[in-house]
Amino acid sequence: MVESTIHATQAVVTLDVPIQGIVWGSIITVNMWAKSIGTGVVFLASFLWFRHSKEDMPNLKWTMPVIAFLALNVFLLFTLIDLHQPYRMVNIFLHPHWTSSITVGAWLASIFLGLVSVLMFIAVGEKFPGVPFKGCLLTKFGRNNAGLYEKIMPFLVFLAIPVTTYTAIIMAQASARELWQAPTEVMQMMWAALLAGSAALIFVSSSWTKEARKDLSLVLALSTFFSFGMYMSEYFFSFKSAEAEAILAYVHAGGSYNIEFWIGMVLGFIIPFFIAVGNMKSDNKTLLNFAALLALVGLFLVKDVWLKIPQMLPLS
Amino acid sequence: MKLGFLVDLNLCMGCKGCEIACKVENEVPLSTWRLRVKYIDLGIFPDTSRSFTPLRCNHCESAPCERICPVSALHYLENGIVNIDSARCIGCAGCMMACPYGAIYMDPETNTADKCTYCAHRIESGMMPACVVACPVEANIFGDLEDDHSNISLYIMEHRGAVQVRKPEKHTSPTHFYVGGGNQTLNPLAHQRIEGYNLFNNITHLDHVGDKNHGILDRFLAPFVGHDALDNKSLIESATSEDSHEQEGGH
Repeated sequence: MVESTIHATQAVVTLDVPIQGIVWGSIITVNMWAKSIGTGVVFLASFLWFRHSKEDMPNLKWTMPVIAFLALNVFLLFTLIDLHQPYRMVNIFLHPHWTSSITVGAWLASIFLGLVSVLMFIAVGEKFPGVPFKGCLLTKFGRNNAGLYEKIMPFLVFLAIPVTTYTAIIMAQASARELWQAPTEVMQMMWAALLAGSAALIFVSSSWTKEARKDLSLVLALSTFFSFGMYMSEYFFSFKSAEAEAILAYVHAGGSYNIEFWIGMVLGFIIPFFIAVGNMKSDNKTLLNFAALLALVGLFLVKDVWLKIPQMLPLS
Repeated sequence: MKLGFLVDLNLCMGCKGCEIACKVENEVPLSTWRLRVKYIDLGIFPDTSRSFTPLRCNHCESAPCERICPVSALHYLENGIVNIDSARCIGCAGCMMACPYGAIYMDPETNTADKCTYCAHRIESGMMPACVVACPVEANIFGDLEDDHSNISLYIMEHRGAVQVRKPEKHTSPTHFYVGGGNQTLNPLAHQRIEGYNLFNNITHLDHVGDKNHGILDRFLAPFVGHDALDNKSLIESATSEDSHEQEGGH
């Protein structure tokens, strides 16, 4: 009889509605993905300025804050639209609860965006005096305070670290989702930022020297390699709780998330790694741009899977 | 004072009276529950039995939902209840991600998080929670855990060694206890959810997270257009429309 074929503990749920669906969905994935770009370009810019003269990357001074500004605004927009009461976002600033990493992160990210905006006004004001229009007070302020750029940059790099990693702390506080309860999440966020930052800057690096582009390739290769390694470790190694094991077993068994995960791995990490390594020998801008595009798409897919799968486990 | 709850699963007969009382008392919208009774069939034919487990917020002493709430919408009352202020809630769903018991839901009418409050409003007036009053077999025992002579304290002492909490490994220190439960009833990984074995199959879930009544744009427009259309009637219509979101519970 079919009843006797049910194994486990011979216990079958016959009435319950436990799963609320994917509550944190692709909106949150975009949020994390855009934040990786926003902080990643800051890390990469500081690394490149440390290694090379400014003349090697002539447009980096203004492209970095512009990319970071756009990415961070996408990040904040998607944070806002994910809220069920978006206008009450202001409560985070009026009634902050400091044990919550969501609060701490919102404050840090807001300060970070403020500093990035100042850099953007300075750099754009210098480079494009007529943008967005003649007599713009913000770009005028930037031009008059150009010296602030160098002073703000070290603080920005320092602040980029907690802004990159606080999402991992949110995930750690989301204690119902065992898959996220790993210290490796912090490093995954850091590698994601380096990957996304290097990929984003590759798109604006056509006028840079070969050596500068080689460094971008190096960071892309390293970040894809270590991201892949960390995801594989988490995917296969058996060190997690029973809940995390159960959800990984479900993904291992196949299904749409399994396919999305492996497409992300191949597109985001494996192919870009080999292109980036090859590009360190022979400079091919087109191939490198292709690798950067794949890396960003793949990173999104992998983050999406990792965000959604723990939410499929019944909690009761 | 530290209020606590105990359910004697040996007494519970799965009548769902507590579930209905909770729905009525707290005007819990369709497709959401503050309290629900789970049925589990145990054993292999012919040695089978059915167990019933009422599930609600555990009002943990170390509540992950309270910790992750960015605006203190979830907060402790002096009597130990983890209460929620829906007027402050921003709807980030962090609490839903943090609660290991899946006890928090997003209210489709207010678009804020909500959950069991042990009927804090009734307790304030000296009444018992609605589910306690409704239970015909007094399987729900509620009272002050710090009072040695309260019903709940006496019950815990009488059944010491057999009192359990859900997911003790989470270190949340729940103030909601069970007597007569087992691994199969309290551990979600110890039982299976098999398609076709539900008493009610093809359950329609109202996909209120981003559904046509509460799309992203609606969230921004809601304060200006009001929530008149978002009552139970409109939710029924939403569920029975052609493009309603249907899915089986579990995997």
